[in-house]
Amino acid sequence: MAGLRGEAAIVGSAEWAPKRKPDKLWMGLEAYAELARMALEDAGLKASDVDGVITGTNLMEARMLVPSAIAEYLGIRANFFDVVDLGGATGAAMAWRAAAAIEAGMCETVVCLVQTQMSPPDPRVEQAAVARDWGGGIWGSPQAEFEIPFGHVQGTYGYAMIANRYRYEFGLKEEQLAKIAVEQRFNAQQHPKAVFRGQPITLDDVMNSPMICDPLKLLEIVMPCFGGAALVITSKEKARQSKNRPAWIIGAGEHLTHRSVTYEPDFTHSPIKPSADRAFAMSGLKRSEIDLASLYDCYTITVLLTIEDAGFCDKGEGPRFVDEHNMTYLGDWPMNTHGGQLSFGQSGLAGGMSHVTEAYLQIAGRAEGRQLAKCDTAFVNGNGGIMSEQVSLILRGD
Amino acid sequence: MPRYRNGTQPVPFPTPVTQPFWDGTKQHKLLLQKCSACAHVFYYARTHCPACLAKEFEWVEASGRGTLYSYTVCRRAQSPDFAEDTPYILAAVTLEEGPRMSSLLVDADPENVPIGGPVRVVWDDDVSADLAMPYFTPA
Ligand SMILES: [Zn+2]
Repeated sequence: MAGLRGEAAIVGSAEWAPKRKPDKLWMGLEAYAELARMALEDAGLKASDVDGVITGTNLMEARMLVPSAIAEYLGIRANFFDVVDLGGATGAAMAWRAAAAIEAGMCETVVCLVQTQMSPPDPRVEQAAVARDWGGGIWGSPQAEFEIPFGHVQGTYGYAMIANRYRYEFGLKEEQLAKIAVEQRFNAQQHPKAVFRGQPITLDDVMNSPMICDPLKLLEIVMPCFGGAALVITSKEKARQSKNRPAWIIGAGEHLTHRSVTYEPDFTHSPIKPSADRAFAMSGLKRSEIDLASLYDCYTITVLLTIEDAGFCDKGEGPRFVDEHNMTYLGDWPMNTHGGQLSFGQSGLAGGMSHVTEAYLQIAGRAEGRQLAKCDTAFVNGNGGIMSEQVSLILRGD
Repeated sequence: MPRYRNGTQPVPFPTPVTQPFWDGTKQHKLLLQKCSACAHVFYYARTHCPACLAKEFEWVEASGRGTLYSYTVCRRAQSPDFAEDTPYILAAVTLEEGPRMSSLLVDADPENVPIGGPVRVVWDDDVSADLAMPYFTPA
C-alpha cells in the first residue's frame, strides 16, 4: 500500500522526569528551548541541523501563531512547522507527521516538542476549570451545554462508563484491570525517571485503593505531573550517520470520531482498530512480529481495549490475554516497559510522548535496567480525550 | 431545594440554535431534530445533520423512553459543582428514537444499576427558571 517508506527515523530524545509539582519556574519558550537543546545533544546533532519543528498547542506566551514564537526564540530557520492538537495522541502524531514531511522533501531534521505548563498559571484565567473542561466550557460549545451541566467532565467518568459497558458485553473482572497497573508499576521500578519508582504495588493495593468512578480505582488512574519531552527525527542519510541506533518510522494510522464519549459509535469497539490496521498494513509487519507494545494508558481499561482493538487478540479476549501474559519487561509480552503513564507519570502531552520515547529507547538499546533482550520492532498507540484521537505507529530498528 | 441534585451549577446557556430545545424542556418535552433530507434523528441541537450535513430539519418530540447504554457511579466528585451530590450516577442513554444522550441517572440504587435496562426521562425544574434539566430514572 501507499504510505511511509520508512526513510525517516527517531535518532534522539529528551525527557524530564515527571514531577508532582514543578521544581523550577519555566516559561513555555524557555522549556521548549531547553528540551530542544537536550534532544539534539542526545542525537549528536547541532541546532543548525534543525529545519523543522512540531509543537503542542499549550504555549502560554502565544495563544495563537505559536510556531513563529518558537522559531524566533530558538533561532530556527524552519522549512516545515506544525502544531498538533490531538491530546494524548499528540506525541505519536508528531512522529509520523515529521516522517512524512521528511519523506516528502519538505525538510530534513525535525524536533518534536511537548511540555506541561511549568510556570505559574495566568491569574486571569481559571486554570482548574479550563483543565477540567478540556477547553470546552465556553458559550456555544456543545460540551458546555449538553455535557458539563450533566456532570460529564474530565476523563475518568468516560473510561469508567466504557469499562462498565465492556463488562456488560464481554465480562471483565476488576482483578484483570488491576493486573495491568501492577505489572506496569513493576516496570517503573527500573526507570530512573518514573514518578512511582521505589513504590511497587500489589494486586491487593490496587483492589483496595479508593473507588473513584465505578469500576475504576485510584491506582488505575493516571497521576497528573509536570514535565516535558522532545524527539529528534531525521532523514535516512543523517540517521545512518547517527551515533544511536535509529528507530525507523515504518507505519502509521489515525482515526477520530467523537469528543464526548457519549457519541463514540460503540464503547467497546474503539477507533483504535482502523488506526492500528492502517499502521500494520503500511509496515508489512504482523502482530506476532512486535517486540514491544507501548500503549497509551491513562487508565487500565484503555490498555485492555487497545490490546484488543490493535489486534493483539480477538474482541472479548482481552481479559484472558491479560491473565495469560506477563506484560513486564521480563515477561513474554512486554508492554509499557517504562511503567506507562500510570507509573511513569503523565506530564500533559509529554505523557503521550513517553510511549514513543520508550519505544525509541528500547529499539536503540538504551532502556537501562528494563532493556528487552530483543527489541527490533515496537507498536505505539497514542490516545486523546476519551478514546477520541487515535494514532498508531510502528517503529523498527535495522 | 432541587429534587434530584444538591448542587444546581452549572446551568446551560442556550444559543439561538439550541433555544428551541431548552424552551421544550420547560414544557417537559424532550425535543430531537429529524433531518428532512435523510430522516436521521439526532441529539444534541445543532444546525446541520451529522449524517449528511443537510440543514433542513424538523423538531420531533421524543417519547422520553430509552435504555441505559452505560453508566458510572462517581464516588468522588469529578467537578466542584457536584461535590454535594456524591455518589451520583452519570449515564449514557440510548433514546428510543436512536440518538444517545449524556445525562444523570437519578432515583436509582448505585449498587444495582442495570445496563441495557429501560429508563425514562424525569425533569428537574429547580436548577433554573428558564429551563428544566432532563435526567433519567430506571423505568
Ligand atoms: Zn441528514
